Amino acid sequence: MLNASLKQLSALLADGKVSSVELTQTFLDRIEQLNPSLNAFITVDREKSLAQAKTADELRAKGGACPLTGIPVAQKDIFCAQGWLTTCGSKMLHNFVSPYDAHVIEQFNRAGAVNLGKTNMDEFAMGSSNETSYHGKVKNPWNQETVPGGSSGGSAAAVAARLAPAATGTDTGGSIRQPAALTGITGLKPTYGVVSRYGMIAFASSLDQGGPMAKSAEDCALLLNAMAGFDSRDSTSLEREKEDYARDLAQPLQGLKIGLPKEFFAEGLSADVAQRVEEAIAEYRKLGAETVEVSLPNSKLAIPVYYVLAPAEASSNLSRFDGVRYGHRAPEYTDLLDMYCKTRAQGFGSEVKRRIMIGTYVLSHGYYDAYYLQAQKLRRLIAQDFVEAFKHCDVIMGPTAPSTAFKIGEKSDDPVSMYLSDIYTIAVNLAGLPGMSVPCGFGGNGLPVGLQIIGNYFSEAKMLNVAHQYQQATDWHTRMPEGI
Amino acid sequence: MTLALADVKRIAHLARIEVSDQEAAEYLKQLSGIFALVEEMQAVDTTGVEPMAHAQEVTQRLRQDAVTEADLRAQFQAVAPQTENGLYLVPKVIE
Repeated sequence: MLNASLKQLSALLADGKVSSVELTQTFLDRIEQLNPSLNAFITVDREKSLAQAKTADELRAKGGACPLTGIPVAQKDIFCAQGWLTTCGSKMLHNFVSPYDAHVIEQFNRAGAVNLGKTNMDEFAMGSSNETSYHGKVKNPWNQETVPGGSSGGSAAAVAARLAPAATGTDTGGSIRQPAALTGITGLKPTYGVVSRYGMIAFASSLDQGGPMAKSAEDCALLLNAMAGFDSRDSTSLEREKEDYARDLAQPLQGLKIGLPKEFFAEGLSADVAQRVEEAIAEYRKLGAETVEVSLPNSKLAIPVYYVLAPAEASSNLSRFDGVRYGHRAPEYTDLLDMYCKTRAQGFGSEVKRRIMIGTYVLSHGYYDAYYLQAQKLRRLIAQDFVEAFKHCDVIMGPTAPSTAFKIGEKSDDPVSMYLSDIYTIAVNLAGLPGMSVPCGFGGNGLPVGLQIIGNYFSEAKMLNVAHQYQQATDWHTRMPEGI
Repeated sequence: MTLALADVKRIAHLARIEVSDQEAAEYLKQLSGIFALVEEMQAVDTTGVEPMAHAQEVTQRLRQDAVTEADLRAQFQAVAPQTENGLYLVPKVIE
């Protein structure tokens, strides 16, 4: 059951071979056994999860089931879930029990899915290693001395270690794709605007996007079917026809045009990662795809642009944490200003403070044009590169991350080297495009390597088809860590 | 651009984050590294390029000026650090 796909689990539930209560119990037991070492979950609430499972079983008995009814799904702790502790990995929200549901949570509830618990993450989604969480580091189940990536590292580790059949993540600069790559699972960041940001604690609003993290592309398609949809409470949610993201999974890839950006295979890419990605592309050629070289000349500027825009938006978004309406308040202070300053000094960790300060600076008087405006102009050039590239191909492929999982502590004292681990993912967020990571083998150290698939706007169904066909021909996505 | 310790303290004050002298020195080092990375942007001529604020070319939706929210004050204030008679309490601002 641990390795079963969501479709298989759904069939077991439909045939009455297992109940949602039994299924949920199985995963809760596994969490109890393995979470103390992996630290993938911040909050587990047996009673709540099992009550939802019971409701799902009743719904099924009445004939009202849909594909996700009764399936346990782990939720990143960035999604507000009513009655659940929702900390966003921060001391600032260590005591915040959400009074409402995020749209994504509502959608899963509507589908009858079971909330299996809230997964660990980098504080306010700021990080690429899951070392910045107030609730402690998450371990990579493939090698517990290494990081699972971030910021959705708890979700990634949970799925990789089979503590959950599936999970949700959010991706602002690579936070779904990079941890998916580092833990050998499949993750999809949809086109900006496809999944509502309502109730998803904001980091950089023009970049944040929720998406599925699971064992396969097929599973991701089922999850995205539940997660996507228009929501008037998110002003950037897009009004589009409801689509079935699984509709094209079985399409053959004959004639598919894959663009290979030369900048993604240049200096800075580990040799073992490069080799696995090239082998994956060779597999695609066998499946009937053609490759064409494309260029993303401005992608080298994606990191500097991102580290202006994302902190600028974060400094504004995180101003709401002031110790007045929710979350932490400093126990002692002299006046209102002192209360703000102490509350925020105590409530935020150092990476979050760094980014708030960068953002405050680039938005401050005298620096706005040189930094913020220049970054927005470069953002357009980066997005235009993709428009040009997609004139010559259907999807773009390359590595998700420049190396396999790095050691815990290796980059935590050097923010700039940490930021570089998102070098291939960030441009996709800046352009608002959908991106995926698919496991494509193992590096020299035995750790998973991810293949990144970038699609044109709203081409999620196509990308899932491209990923699924590869997963029909290979078995990398079925591998699981030993001893887990 | 080079940052000085005074800049870090000014930024921290604007961001309403209390920093000790020792922390400010540490942030100075790290922020300087990040700004060195950000400086790469200045090498590109962006004359005539329209700034891109957003990934989708969409405009704000309008809605009817009608009440759509239920009164959830009690639930929202249940998670507040300090409230009284439906009000959020903060230290005295006006003497």
